[in-house]
Amino acid sequence: MKPHRRRRLSIVLFLFIGGLTTVLITIFALANYINHFYLPDQVVSGDVPIERTIRAGGFVKTGSVVRDSTGLGVTFDITDRVSSTFSVRFEGILPSLFREDKGTVVVGRLNADGVFDATRVLAKHDENYEPPELKGMVEQVDP
Amino acid sequence: MIPELGHFSAFLGLMSAIGIALFGFFGAAQNRASWVDMSIRLTKVQVAVLGLSFLLLILAFLDDDFSVLYVANNSNTALPWYYKVAGVWGAHEGSFLLWTLVTAVWTVLVATRARHIPLKLHGYVLGTLGVLSVMFLAFLLFSSNPFERLVPNVPIQGADLNPVLQDIGQIIHPPMLYIGYVGFGVTFAFGIAALATGKIDSAWARWVRPWVNVAWLFLTIGIVLGSWWAYYELGWGGWWFWDPVENASFMPWLAGTALIHSLSATEKRGAFKNWTILLTLLTFTLVLMGAFLVRSGVLSSVHAFAVDPQRGLILLTIFVLVAGSSLVLYAFRAHTLNTQVQYWGVSRELLLLINNALLVVALFTILLGTLYPLGHEWFVGGDDRLSVGEPYFNAMFVPIMLLLSFALAIAPISRWKHTPMKLVVNALIFLGGSAVVALLLPWILADGVHLGASCAVALAIWIIITHAIACYRQRNALTLGFIGMSVAHVGFAIAVIGVAVTSVYTESKDARLKIGQSIEVSGTQYELVNVQMTESQNFIGERAQFDFGDQRSLFPERRLYPIRDHITYEAAIAPGIFKDRYITFAGPMENDTWGVEIQDKPFQRWIWFGAVVAGLAALIAMLDKRYRRLSHRDLETKYPE
Repeated sequence: MKPHRRRRLSIVLFLFIGGLTTVLITIFALANYINHFYLPDQVVSGDVPIERTIRAGGFVKTGSVVRDSTGLGVTFDITDRVSSTFSVRFEGILPSLFREDKGTVVVGRLNADGVFDATRVLAKHDENYEPPELKGMVEQVDP
Repeated sequence: MIPELGHFSAFLGLMSAIGIALFGFFGAAQNRASWVDMSIRLTKVQVAVLGLSFLLLILAFLDDDFSVLYVANNSNTALPWYYKVAGVWGAHEGSFLLWTLVTAVWTVLVATRARHIPLKLHGYVLGTLGVLSVMFLAFLLFSSNPFERLVPNVPIQGADLNPVLQDIGQIIHPPMLYIGYVGFGVTFAFGIAALATGKIDSAWARWVRPWVNVAWLFLTIGIVLGSWWAYYELGWGGWWFWDPVENASFMPWLAGTALIHSLSATEKRGAFKNWTILLTLLTFTLVLMGAFLVRSGVLSSVHAFAVDPQRGLILLTIFVLVAGSSLVLYAFRAHTLNTQVQYWGVSRELLLLINNALLVVALFTILLGTLYPLGHEWFVGGDDRLSVGEPYFNAMFVPIMLLLSFALAIAPISRWKHTPMKLVVNALIFLGGSAVVALLLPWILADGVHLGASCAVALAIWIIITHAIACYRQRNALTLGFIGMSVAHVGFAIAVIGVAVTSVYTESKDARLKIGQSIEVSGTQYELVNVQMTESQNFIGERAQFDFGDQRSLFPERRLYPIRDHITYEAAIAPGIFKDRYITFAGPMENDTWGVEIQDKPFQRWIWFGAVVAGLAALIAMLDKRYRRLSHRDLETKYPE
């Protein structure tokens, strides 16, 4: 083999191995860090893995937001406005656009008691926002 | 009358764009100077009519002309005049008009400032930019007309600009970002033109490099401004969220960064020609993909514009057309650009190759993380919807950046073709020294040693040392190009230090305080002194006073914007070189208490400072003599005979 051919081959091999490693690592990382999204009825029916980071969403139930007597802890319910409702526990400042009866998405883990321990509560910059995950639900509920 | 005039002006812009494209392409293909000249003249017409159109939309905002739908949706009589102006690019339609205007400005600059390049190349560049303009303007006029009237029921009052956007950030961040985005359209056009003429050499690289640098500078500043704005505006002290929309701006940045480096090898050694061309195409393709992702609402993001499937479809079409046709052209023409370059060992070529490989891998992992949920929804569908969170991006991106830092530290001592091993060994000795400093410092400051952060800081210090030494050794023969490179790399190192230290050593506490109570965060006592009601033209709110340290105070606010019934937290920040103090005020709670979150964020500023330094370094490198000499008009190549 000519020297420049050998060089080219080694570069190609190097790129191939590097590329393959990257793809494998990426797939592994994706498999570990993907958060599935669940609606209230799935959370209630027990389709949701316990103690694993997930996202869940729905509407904040009117009158359900209760603050702790000390600290910034808060408990509220998320509902699909039909039949299913689950409780969320969150420590910290709620986003400024968090409102009762508005759509919200929570990120965190469902614990064994069926309470969702949220590490983040999301609401959008815009007050007309419906989280895209909830779009199907809204159409079903408000025809 | 004014809105119709604005609409008509934009239409004239479309007409001139068609002219620019036709005269540019056919002028180049037929080698006719007069046609290319016509294209050049039309770029001036285009920028004038689009500038007028944009001014007229500003006028409609300042006039509170709520008969225009877009004004009615995004402005209000109570809005201060400067936010009325910024409201022009506060939502999809107006911001896209700005986008087309920016395209026209870049086009006229290329038309008038690049007259020294060969006629054929110039014609193809202008033709390509003309085609881009045609697509953008057609999209604007046929599906996103900002001048659409709201008749007969003209509202008396507008819906107001989204309060989050009522900020200095909204005034400067989007224009900077668009200038950067569309600037990569210019390098895209140079790539297409190189494929069309089949000629790419050191001169071509020299012509492109200043344009890449300016585009990169603006994109960098735009991203930094966005990060800084999110940091103080959103009220929880985050500065990067790996949100799809942020990724949409970051992916072209990574590709553009790779392009800058690849171009240096193409200019100096004629290496990586095909790859450089591919990067010019890739960067702008990513810009268009970003525009599609952001403006079509297909992704779940906190920043996305209002959802409209029809617009999404048109943008997707533009993206597919541009990406598809440019890749087909590349496939047919790339082999004509032959590369024969020899290098071995730790040569500068090899380091640039590593740089490009790592940047593209980083880009690829971010692309995958951003599009994966979308792909899953399209191809798997069903009820299972998923998202990819920050842990994925951090796990992938951070190690790649550490590897990149390693290669980058050797860059200044490396030579083209081959670097003597002695120089590499010398550089490695400094790595040992840097590591000792990075491990000792946190140990002395007694915050506990964090291995990842120490690694990052060690590499960053190493980068700064090797570049300082290289500049010192070459002090008698320093070019602006070399200084620019060194400053950019030092900027990168500064940002790395900021990211590592802030991420690891930030301390945060939530509390409910009564007036007169205090809380300790990171060794400082913060006392809630009082809370006052505030009122302004378009909001009411509460303003708290926190005292800390040596008679210093911070005043975080919580505001209610009644027009949109919208609450915002106005965090108060005491910025410093070595730490930011960040207070978010959550307002009244039960039992006369007030909610508050206090954060102590060391080295936060270093992130943006480093990035801005790197951005300005692109400007330094651009002023290098070898680009200036070429900017004189060269009539010989323009009008041969």
